[in-house]
Amino acid sequence: MSNIKCQCGHENPFGTELCEKCGRPLSEKAKKSDIVDMRYEGSSRRSQTYSSSIIDKIWNFFSSVKIGVSIIAAVLIASAIGTIFPQKFYVPATTDAEYLAYYERLYGTVGKLYYQLGFYDMYNSWWFKILVGMLGTSIIIASIDRVIPLYKSLKKQRTRRHPSFMKRQRIFGEGEIVNTKESLDNAEKKLKDFHYNIKREDGAILAEKHRFSRWGPYVNHTGLIIFFIGVLLRGIPGFYVDETMWLREGETRNIIGADGYVLENRGFILENYTKEEAEEVFGAALDKVGSVVKNYQTDVTLYKKKDGALPGSDDLEKMKDYSIVVNKPLTFNGYSVFQMDYKLNELSTMTFHLVEKTTEKSLGEFTVNLSNPEKEYDLGNGSTVDMLGFYPDYDGIKDGEPYSKSPIPNNPAFIFQMNTPDKPEGEKSFIAIQQTLEVEENDYAVKFAAADTRNISGLTIRKDKTLYILLLGGLVFMIGVIQGMYWQHRRIWIQEDSEGHLLIAAHTNKNWFSLRKELDKLRESADLPAYIDRQDPELDKLEQEGDENIWT
Amino acid sequence: MAKKVNKKKNRLIFRTVLLVIMAAIIVYAITSKDKVTVLAEGDKAPDFELVDLDGNAHRLSDYKGEGVFLNFWGTWCPPCKKEMPHMEDMYKDFEAKGVNILTVNVGEPKVKIELFRDDMGLSFPMLWDKNKTVMDLYNIKPLPTTFLINPEGKIIKIIKQGMTEEQIREFLESIQPK
Amino acid sequence: MDLVTISSNLLFVSFVAYLVATLFFGGAIKKSKTEKAYHNSKWGTIGLIITIIGFLTHLGYFFTRWAASGHAPLSNMFEFTTAFGMMLVGAFILLYIIYRTPSLGLFALPVAIIIISYATMFPRDVTPLIPALQSKWLFIHVITTVIGESILAISAIAGLVFLVKNIDMTKKSKQRFWIEAVMYTLILVLGFVVTSTTFKVMNYEAEFTYIDKNQEPAEITYHVPPLFGMNEYEAMTPDAMTPFFELPPIINAQKMSTLVWSLVVGSVLYIILRLIARKPIAAVFQPLARKANSQLMDEIGYRAVLIGFPVFTLGALIFAMIWAHEAWSRFWGWDPKEVWALITWLFYAAFLHLRLSRGWEGQKSAWLAVIGFVIIMFNLIAVNLIIAGLHSYA
Repeated sequence: MSNIKCQCGHENPFGTELCEKCGRPLSEKAKKSDIVDMRYEGSSRRSQTYSSSIIDKIWNFFSSVKIGVSIIAAVLIASAIGTIFPQKFYVPATTDAEYLAYYERLYGTVGKLYYQLGFYDMYNSWWFKILVGMLGTSIIIASIDRVIPLYKSLKKQRTRRHPSFMKRQRIFGEGEIVNTKESLDNAEKKLKDFHYNIKREDGAILAEKHRFSRWGPYVNHTGLIIFFIGVLLRGIPGFYVDETMWLREGETRNIIGADGYVLENRGFILENYTKEEAEEVFGAALDKVGSVVKNYQTDVTLYKKKDGALPGSDDLEKMKDYSIVVNKPLTFNGYSVFQMDYKLNELSTMTFHLVEKTTEKSLGEFTVNLSNPEKEYDLGNGSTVDMLGFYPDYDGIKDGEPYSKSPIPNNPAFIFQMNTPDKPEGEKSFIAIQQTLEVEENDYAVKFAAADTRNISGLTIRKDKTLYILLLGGLVFMIGVIQGMYWQHRRIWIQEDSEGHLLIAAHTNKNWFSLRKELDKLRESADLPAYIDRQDPELDKLEQEGDENIWT
Repeated sequence: MAKKVNKKKNRLIFRTVLLVIMAAIIVYAITSKDKVTVLAEGDKAPDFELVDLDGNAHRLSDYKGEGVFLNFWGTWCPPCKKEMPHMEDMYKDFEAKGVNILTVNVGEPKVKIELFRDDMGLSFPMLWDKNKTVMDLYNIKPLPTTFLINPEGKIIKIIKQGMTEEQIREFLESIQPK
Repeated sequence: MDLVTISSNLLFVSFVAYLVATLFFGGAIKKSKTEKAYHNSKWGTIGLIITIIGFLTHLGYFFTRWAASGHAPLSNMFEFTTAFGMMLVGAFILLYIIYRTPSLGLFALPVAIIIISYATMFPRDVTPLIPALQSKWLFIHVITTVIGESILAISAIAGLVFLVKNIDMTKKSKQRFWIEAVMYTLILVLGFVVTSTTFKVMNYEAEFTYIDKNQEPAEITYHVPPLFGMNEYEAMTPDAMTPFFELPPIINAQKMSTLVWSLVVGSVLYIILRLIARKPIAAVFQPLARKANSQLMDEIGYRAVLIGFPVFTLGALIFAMIWAHEAWSRFWGWDPKEVWALITWLFYAAFLHLRLSRGWEGQKSAWLAVIGFVIIMFNLIAVNLIIAGLHSYA
């Protein structure tokens, strides 16, 4: 695996197709071809060079664009399969059996197979992750393998190329010109107007512009790698918080996942569009669909534990009042709290009358706040009601006692002691919804009068330290694709050969028509030989000879 | 020639290192689950400050050098209720031996807890975590959950179920200062 | 006249303008003997001017509707698809100014016309925005995506011209089959438009009750005669025809009926056209593509991908992620629409690699561009209508 020495004296690495300096074809393939392959400037891609060890073989595998495209295709197909049926995280189930049952019930045998093959959790499956990992590896290796030789050969290129290089370009022209010196001078001037960088050496011009666009692919690949790194970092504790919590109106609660912060729900609002405000514009649509939600909103107050205070202490300071609506999360210290869900109408207060049974006369009323009941309710006029028992989610009598199955006031029940001037020793009564129990016949009773409800906000708490890394990745990617795709690397070679003929050749990595447009303009101001585009047999040759420019 | 061999060797090292890194990343991505920092046995018990029903503030750090039997509970939870009388029975004895029983109610209305206490005749400190801060701090999922904290302030055991009288005694003894 | 009416009228003007412009581009090709004349054709210039007028009235539709509703008209199928048609024309104008090729117009405008007709089959009422859509990102994200997708679509149109011109229609081949399949598909869309319009004019409606996939009773209204019935259906409209088949609960039999109607009508349309032409439809268009320069079409196709890919990335992935993070608290959630945007992106990434490194130019590249357009259309139509997800607003 020795270097290849070109006739011009330059030593090229093994595998080089075109001499890095003068462009002479070196390989048999290049010598035989009519138009040389200018990808990577005919430089030696490292992967083509060595394949002695197993490491080299793996390396070469990932370096191949064919493999790269195959991996892209595999990710694409896997992603598509994942959208056939809903993914795991959109399915209301928790256990494996429930998942299986869900897919089987809705999608039959195909659904069952979908579950069994693991497609129901496609994007978290080990093989999907391996595919993405291989894609990342391929991006890195293929880029390294190409960018270095390309850089070297663009740096080493010489102004004067060997005629065999010129003749093998896609755009090439040759002819005798009356005054070559003048032609070259004029061409140089015109090319400068086109913003080309000119290199001139005795009787040869190399005009080049937008070489930086050649680095575009490598820049955008770097962006993708940065993005991948960001995604990986989310797995590290502390980089990423994703929690949900229910917060009742009036409730103040520690924010899950955000240590030291407490949130109070001052009220949840659900608004629909009304006919009046929506005017005639939305009228037709509202008639069809019924109602459309206008706003979900939770009014909150954020508190922060004071510096030095311990978790749990009441030593809080108010940070701010805020209305969380969809698209406008509450943000603080890297955290965001989103309005995600809601539940309406949970019981919040119950109002009762104390009545004398026989006369049905009310001695007054009292309201029990179910989230913060009191021990004693003073009705004035010497009557009080004591709370002896409170069962927010009453579920029958267990072991001789009323039993509450949860702390949520779904079905509140109470034991009240009614103290009245008549019965100062008090009477006891058990009150549940639609039910009253008394140990012995009482003279007084607590009668339900009214209830009030409250709403519950479903909030999501997020913190993602990797967002800026991801954003940077996206930005670098965009710079890379714009640099690589919105500019073209163009080169024009003009030189006088040993027989006094003028040779012209041109190359661009894309958009040949635009390059030809430029060449045609160039030929208007400098006497240069006509050229041919050897990949466009349909090109009307007459037009090029003419004065009129067809492309503008 | 030596230079060439060297170059070849460097290339092999570079390629090997890069491929190993990529393989490691893939393995890491597959094996890592969404990690939440959960307290585990052996961790230092995080300090907190809560008031009990009588309005007295308790800090975990107040009990440095003594054992703490930290019990999270709710009134609606039958196993919580069941173990309370045993804790009441042993509370005084063990307090003298340098082991404290602290119970934390997970944010129920104060009156509800008071009714419960009076009903059961309990006298040990009942801390009230009204904002559920300490509950979140200790990642409480099932109730009851009990943390055994030794005199050095380390969590030596987390019990995520109800306990019998003997178990409670055993656990209390295990965090007794020597 | 209120703004909404003005807006609808402007859209109609655009529609007519595109139709007329198509004829002029056809004239530009017919009247030109040499390629030189073809590029400088007066007919082409007039066609361009009419197209620009159509585009301006289309923008007029867009902004008057915006003024009427108070939000960018990009929030449902009708609005989104119309905007797609608009930007397709915009992208065509851009590339026409660069390359001056009437052949492109002759294919791009009819596709835009079909897309706009398709859009008008959806409810055109101005709808208020649900909370998730109330954001400046609605405009930023959707318009960027639409622009990106329409530029990418131009590449498919250039590819189509290339293929129609270069495929030998006299011999049986796979390519001939597939190019005809593309034509057939376009006619099927017309079939859908004809079906929907006919039954709309007839004011057809049939109501049914059925049991949905969650075992809950539900109601549905058909706007075409029900070929298929929903799970355990019962007719509420007395004179409704009895469906031929009952479908399982996961398949929407109403949409299935519309689909089959469109297939049948479209196929009949296709057969009639074939009988009139006595040759494949693609062969009918071949003379119109003949004067196009293949290399130029290849370059336009490639260039459109080069211009469109970054725009698409920005709109459909980057802006999408930023908005998703704000509205749904996560920047990526594997929602079907998101996944299909990713698939589109991966596909064009593969396209670029195949072209750059493996020399897939000419026919291969043209076919890839056409497939890319199919994927974009799949994401627009099928993902919204068939695969339920967060994006199914229509």
